[in-house]
Amino acid sequence: MLKKLALAGVVSLMGTTVWSACAFENTTEVKSLSAGFEAWKAVTDAMAECGNVQAELDQEFRTKQPAAFEANPALYQIGGVSNGTITPLLNAGTIRPLDDLVAKYGQNLAPNQLIKIDGKIMAVAMMVNTQHLMYREDILSDLGIAVPTTWDEVYAAAEKIKEAGVVEYPLGATMKSGWNLAQEFVNMYPGFGGQLFNDDNTTAVNSEAGIKALETMKAALPFTDPEVLNSDSTTVQQQFQQGKIAMANLWASRGGAMDDAAESKVAGKVKMAAAPIAMDGGAPATTLWWDGIVIATNISDEDADAAFRVAMEGMDEEMVTANNEAAIWLIPGYVPGPLAKGAIDTATANPAPPAYPSTTQMGLLHTALGNEIPAFLTGDRDAAATLTAIEEAYTTSAKEAGVLK
Amino acid sequence: MKFKTFAAFVGPSVFMMILFIALPLMSVFMESFKNTYDMREPIEVETCTPGFLTQTCVTEVKNVPKLGEDGKPIKITEWVGFESYRSVLQMDKFWAAIGSGNLGDILQIDFWKALRFTLMFTLLTLPLVIGVGLLIALTVNNAARSVKGPVIFVSLLPFIITPVIGSLSIYWLFVGDGILTSMMERWTGTNISMFAQAWTIELLMYFYRVWHVAPFAFVIFYAGLQSVNMDTLESAVIDGASRLQRLRHVIIPHLMPLIVFIAIIHLMDCYRVFEEIVGFRSQAHVISLQWLTYDFLVPDDAGNRAISRASASAMLTMIGIVLLLIWPLRRTWRDHKGGAH
Repeated sequence: MLKKLALAGVVSLMGTTVWSACAFENTTEVKSLSAGFEAWKAVTDAMAECGNVQAELDQEFRTKQPAAFEANPALYQIGGVSNGTITPLLNAGTIRPLDDLVAKYGQNLAPNQLIKIDGKIMAVAMMVNTQHLMYREDILSDLGIAVPTTWDEVYAAAEKIKEAGVVEYPLGATMKSGWNLAQEFVNMYPGFGGQLFNDDNTTAVNSEAGIKALETMKAALPFTDPEVLNSDSTTVQQQFQQGKIAMANLWASRGGAMDDAAESKVAGKVKMAAAPIAMDGGAPATTLWWDGIVIATNISDEDADAAFRVAMEGMDEEMVTANNEAAIWLIPGYVPGPLAKGAIDTATANPAPPAYPSTTQMGLLHTALGNEIPAFLTGDRDAAATLTAIEEAYTTSAKEAGVLK
Repeated sequence: MKFKTFAAFVGPSVFMMILFIALPLMSVFMESFKNTYDMREPIEVETCTPGFLTQTCVTEVKNVPKLGEDGKPIKITEWVGFESYRSVLQMDKFWAAIGSGNLGDILQIDFWKALRFTLMFTLLTLPLVIGVGLLIALTVNNAARSVKGPVIFVSLLPFIITPVIGSLSIYWLFVGDGILTSMMERWTGTNISMFAQAWTIELLMYFYRVWHVAPFAFVIFYAGLQSVNMDTLESAVIDGASRLQRLRHVIIPHLMPLIVFIAIIHLMDCYRVFEEIVGFRSQAHVISLQWLTYDFLVPDDAGNRAISRASASAMLTMIGIVLLLIWPLRRTWRDHKGGAH
């Protein structure tokens, strides 16, 4: 035991003092704030090899980032963002264009890693993320069920699994009231061909597609944990790992955890397929996301220089080779494994699912969706009334935010 | 006491109260009548996002905030009067629901839904906390001297736990595959989901709050019991008063000021119920007024916050507490006035 402790101490020291894996020795203090899932851990660990790097991995990053970047000097040099969370930083002008830095240090970047907004590179993406169908291959093949490709097939399969009684609940869903539940709607609704907004910034969710999306979401309830309105991505991931559920439309970034033998009882049994489609000829009912880094505006150019170099070290081929399964990397050197199949099938589907639209309006609508849909799922309100309530809630907040007149 | 001495003693605390209570309250009050937002301009933006192998670029018109010369968004502040209160209260829907006789519709409006729960929660737990607290105090007071210390210590434990941690522990004990749920499922042979419907969640909340606050009532009552007039009690015994009669006619009247005191504290605390909502993840089924304020304040992914509605909701919460406190405060006031002469 003591030996192990000593060894652990030596290893952790090595992380801070030896720069063998980093091409240069960083002398400027660099801090980063990002989300806390597996891929970010891999990237920030690789950045730390350059020395003087402090990485904060925090699931509350989305509420902390805007204020921390607005400070002068900014509290962090590097921010980890996704297409959903970059908006407040862009709007407030607290992240800087990266064209110069990319020209200087970005030789190894693939063109599709560069996130251009209005012609300027504002972020460098490292991975793509999407929801896709994860399923227990052993259960489906035992029961002779083909891998579902549509939501109707998902529910038909769930019915059979329920009858067979091999797992506690056939389906898992990230329907925690609030952000998660709203995201489920944002996945389903475009799958039925729905438009989120009209040209004049009013919302268009109060539509035929909206009714269908809500009804399809509700159809999952007989197959899920009765407490599904509490369950977020982590809950679903754990239910999968414990062998309690057989299928779920879950984030690709959670795939690696399924095969982690240290915490998963079902390692090797979970397979990924494209996100189910909602209607014939429609796109998979999901949204495409990317995760990547941004650099703060309110820091000196030297600091930005150092921060960008460190970030490039964190996002290099070496890191990808060591953490191939942690994400669907965009970085050269990535070899898509079996876990990536579902996400790639989803992203390359024809028609392709939309990217999550990151705008001020979308933020407001997301909140309205997350607050109003629970009443529909608990049966307190019908679909039409729920959509009206969403529309009203959105209109109120959009007027307050100056988006609607 | 000389005025100067009095002022020297009271001054610092008055200053603190102005700084930390009155001024923030004033600013929230002002905020609730204003609305601040970014000045926006529609511009055509080309956004490129990575697909797996290729990149897709879309050109769209986005409403982005206009940055001022200092590089910060230009803010516009408008005086909106009671508009925020109107959007929180939604009185038009409230009256429409009453007019059409569908009283259930009122509970579809967040504020009224939250108010229903908050009031029920506050008023139902109040007698329970006082009753249970008194019961523990009487039990401990009558216990043998040797066990008093440990018994007091154990009864105080629930009060020591931070509410958030306490409610989280209850959540993990009773959630679908929690230890207690699994045990109950084994005994009853049915699937139990405490967090799947509103009434079981509320039941757990009542239970948790009483468990958490009763020790506080107990400590106060226990202290009060030490000062019960023994002569009166003994004469009551000689007169043949039963245990219950002694409680009703001697002990409770003696403890009445303390009961009012606990009621005041409890009403103030309970009306701000928040931890249970977060800890039990009950937003889909049950929300409270304080949670509503919090929800308005949490920024979404795009950084929007409904500050003026949050201020309005906070002011409404304060008004609610004041209304609830009128009765016990009037009673204390009367008692003190009577006692001064």
